[in-house]
Amino acid sequence: MTDLADAPTGDQAVAVPLTTRKDWSSDQEVRWCPGCGDYSILAAVQMLMPELGVRRERTVFLSGIGCAARFPYYMNTYGLHSIHGRAPAIATGLAATRPDLDVWVVTGDGDSLSIGGNHLIHALRRNINITILLFNNQIYGLTKGQYSPTSEVHKVTKSTPFGSLEQPFNPLSLALGAEATFVARTHDMDRKHMMEVFRRAHAHRGASFVEIYQNCNVFNDGAFEAITGKDQRADMLIPLVHGAPIRFGTEGQRGVVMRTDGTVEIVDATSVDESELLVHDEHRDNPGLAFQLSHLAAGPTEPTPVGIFRDVERPEYGTEMRRQVDQVIERRGPGDLHHLLRSGSSWTVE
Amino acid sequence: MSDTSSKEHPPQLLDRVVIRFAGDSGDGMQLAGDRFTTSSALLGNDLATFPDFPAEIRAPAGTLAGVSAFQVHISDHDISTPGDAPNVLVAMNPAALRANLDTLPPGATIIVNVDAFEERNLRKAGYEVNPLGDGSLSAYTVYEVPMTSITTEVSKDAGVKPRDAERSKNFFALGLISWLYTRPVEATAAWVNERYADKPLVQEANLRALKAGFHFGETAELFESSYEVRPAELAPGEYVNITGNTATAWGLIAAASRSGLPLFLGTYPITPASDILHELSKHKEFGVRTFQAEDEIAGIGAALGASFGGALGVTTTSGPGIDLKAEMIGLAINLELPLLIIDVQRGGPSTGLPTKTEQADLLHAMYGRHGEAPLPIVAPKTPSDCFAATLEAARLAVKYRTPVMLLSDGYLANGTEPWRLPEIDELPVIDPGFATGTNHVDGDGVAAFWPYLRDPDTLARPWAPPGLAGLEHRIGGLEKEDGTGNVNYDGANHERMTRLRAAKIAGIANDIPPTELDPGEGDAAILVIGWGSTYGAIAAGVQRARARGHQVAHAHLDHLNPFPADLGDVLSRYEKVLVPEVNLGQLSRLLRAEYLVDAISFTQVKGVPFRAASMESAILELINARGVGPVPGGPSEGAPPAEHPGRTFPSNGSNGKVAD
Ligand SMILES: Cc1ncc(C[n+]2csc(CCOP(=O)(O)OP(=O)(O)O)c2C)c(N)n1
Ligand code: SF4
Ligand SMILES: [Mg+2]
Repeated sequence: MTDLADAPTGDQAVAVPLTTRKDWSSDQEVRWCPGCGDYSILAAVQMLMPELGVRRERTVFLSGIGCAARFPYYMNTYGLHSIHGRAPAIATGLAATRPDLDVWVVTGDGDSLSIGGNHLIHALRRNINITILLFNNQIYGLTKGQYSPTSEVHKVTKSTPFGSLEQPFNPLSLALGAEATFVARTHDMDRKHMMEVFRRAHAHRGASFVEIYQNCNVFNDGAFEAITGKDQRADMLIPLVHGAPIRFGTEGQRGVVMRTDGTVEIVDATSVDESELLVHDEHRDNPGLAFQLSHLAAGPTEPTPVGIFRDVERPEYGTEMRRQVDQVIERRGPGDLHHLLRSGSSWTVE
Repeated sequence: MSDTSSKEHPPQLLDRVVIRFAGDSGDGMQLAGDRFTTSSALLGNDLATFPDFPAEIRAPAGTLAGVSAFQVHISDHDISTPGDAPNVLVAMNPAALRANLDTLPPGATIIVNVDAFEERNLRKAGYEVNPLGDGSLSAYTVYEVPMTSITTEVSKDAGVKPRDAERSKNFFALGLISWLYTRPVEATAAWVNERYADKPLVQEANLRALKAGFHFGETAELFESSYEVRPAELAPGEYVNITGNTATAWGLIAAASRSGLPLFLGTYPITPASDILHELSKHKEFGVRTFQAEDEIAGIGAALGASFGGALGVTTTSGPGIDLKAEMIGLAINLELPLLIIDVQRGGPSTGLPTKTEQADLLHAMYGRHGEAPLPIVAPKTPSDCFAATLEAARLAVKYRTPVMLLSDGYLANGTEPWRLPEIDELPVIDPGFATGTNHVDGDGVAAFWPYLRDPDTLARPWAPPGLAGLEHRIGGLEKEDGTGNVNYDGANHERMTRLRAAKIAGIANDIPPTELDPGEGDAAILVIGWGSTYGAIAAGVQRARARGHQVAHAHLDHLNPFPADLGDVLSRYEKVLVPEVNLGQLSRLLRAEYLVDAISFTQVKGVPFRAASMESAILELINARGVGPVPGGPSEGAPPAEHPGRTFPSNGSNGKVAD
């Protein structure tokens, strides 16, 4: 049995070819609604790829079902558009057997937090080497506008004409609770920010989880307008910068401090000493503070942190799986079928 | 101890014997049965085993629900079933006696652990009076052996606490039965030494109990004689005794090795499939990767992901697990990627009978998905055949780029038989035939890769795992255009693709052997046809009918979808077609639908395999109904010995028959 990751494909010897966005775009017509936030995310990814120094043939985009999940068809890479919610499970088998590949999982809020919630948390916990881009539009787009597990309570939709009754998930809190090693948030209105966050997510070895606030202009238009609108951003988005005190506002006039009980709050930065502001640390082993930050805003109507919440190292599943195989082979020698069949008590009939 | 024959009483020769070890789940009966089987195998007997255990890990001790049994049939000739009725029952407590009494024919031997027949245990087993004293067992030869007290006694000075010593009583029983059937205990002693090397006290107690049991037989003068079952005339070669689950796991490793593909198992634990995971996870030296997923969906999903990446993706499950996999199987059918789905069938619906066998997933395998979603189905017929059937399933999956369902069952999974080991280089070679380059030139002269450009012979599409430049492509669960694989919702294209997918699977009929048919001698009017684990019981039943002078043919299906190309022809040659199944008639329905044959269904769903006797009586009943009286003839090979009279079973008189 060979290991496909080791199979000679000839490309190792050749330098990664220089590419442009066009090389990463497939010949398929993009079919999202005009004005959908998905377009700008696709553009950010396609523009980032040439900068990553990776090969198209070693890149796989995998998805479930939903508007967001059409993404792989538009990337000129290997791609698999699977079934609703199951992409993290499929990606697990792929990434575990092919550590040589870059596996991206594109998913929606319904896809990954409703039907596929179980697979998402387990992929994060296992630290599968995948980069998850969750397009959160707080609605079921493809099925034409039912509320989703991230829709705000009381939301009126086609399936909840009198308002939904459910407490939404906070995707970042969920990911942190699931022991994710890389957790970030960005939004579809800022290509530069998206590209930077995606770059970091890609660089992280293990499971990277990126929530992208994405506008569904047909069924949930303006859901993030209050924080991502050009004029609102400075006051409503809180950029997380590793090693720097957390502050925001046009003049940097607001900041985040930790209360004595460990929770965090937004304060007037001009009224406290600089040293009292919380200094962001992506690499903090304990996820508690990242969890506090993920809960700073109750929803995308209040000042909301964006950027990288957490980036810590932990053994990655596929590597560990392979290490175990290698160790056993080293100890026992490569398997021999003839011997395996005779490993119990065998006897001979003359 | 190596002198296994008592001098005064030379052992009596038997051609075969069926022994059933029964006790509480905690009594170690599976272990005792397994060790007895191993020493019989080493002696060269043919054998078949049937472990029969409760669903609860530890039902309350001493109760009927907690009885665990292990039946072994050893013989000096070729046998195909674990035996209808035990000649000997070892009952470690009253519940074990009560739970198994109705399987015993009159004249059978019962060896009880008399120490366990005290009031509390009797009550728990539902006995008002001790059956050992009330004459209710007068039809049997009963031996009362104080197993617990002797076992504790012999370990008294070994420093073992009496409570711990008592737990070795299964080894006492094993020693005693080993003496009774002239099996040496050296191999078991060696096994105990190795197995309990790090627990010297347990090791010592077990060894002492084993020897005490053996000596008890020799010296107690309780038994009139010991018995001997001579080696069977098996074909020359090297043998192991193997369970279906182990054979399946080894078949997977063989498939990986013969294809050069890395093996990836994605699965979720469930009885009785889990042992395939356990066995495979031991063998990482073959590069095997086993993944215990969060659920069955993730198990098969990960396996499919591995297949997409160019591995041999496999998932194993049972019962409710197969329901959960349906959607992913549909995706694999649409993606046209190799994938193995191993369903170790158990009693249903829902949680059903977790530890009991059934064959009721055939129609689920055939039709249990939305849309037109055909896949090949392969079924092993004996425990050791799981090896070859698994290889065959893998061959089809890889060659035709399709998920394949392997339908094993609980009886095959845990049952054992001697298996003549194949030579490795006789095993089929499986060519992954990965795509190596572009396969199409666009109108403008540009080379392209079309993921759905089919091989004209097999209709299989190219398999191009990520890694090759120029072959980047996107596939998915949406309907796609033939050739390019681009998403396509056009009705005419969908019709074309639906028929292509069906034709690809149907075409496999030309790539599998003809129907396995044992026509018997002369002109049989009756054909008995089965699939899967009923093979042994049908073969034995047919043998018995033939021994009575009847002409009966026997066919067996290893491939359930597609059927062998000649099956319609075979069926048409017989006046009556009898289809025994451990379900309510699933193959019979398929045969009727496919071939317009008046297939007569003969079914039982009791969680246990068919008995040869009930098979025989079903055949005889059909013969009688035809008006051809049985041709007189003495029982010979395969016929029930006089002490095991074949039973007759009621027919429900309607559209089918019911076995016991
Ligand atoms: C098993 C299954 N159930 C339901 C559906 C229908 N369905 C398709 S997409 C979807 C929700 C998609 O919402 P989301 O994941 O948020 O993606 P979006 O369309 O908003 O990008 C549903 C319910 C399906 N395809 N499969
Ligand atoms: S429905 Fe919403 S999410 Fe889907 S494509 Fe249209 S705008 Fe985008
Ligand atoms: Mg959505």
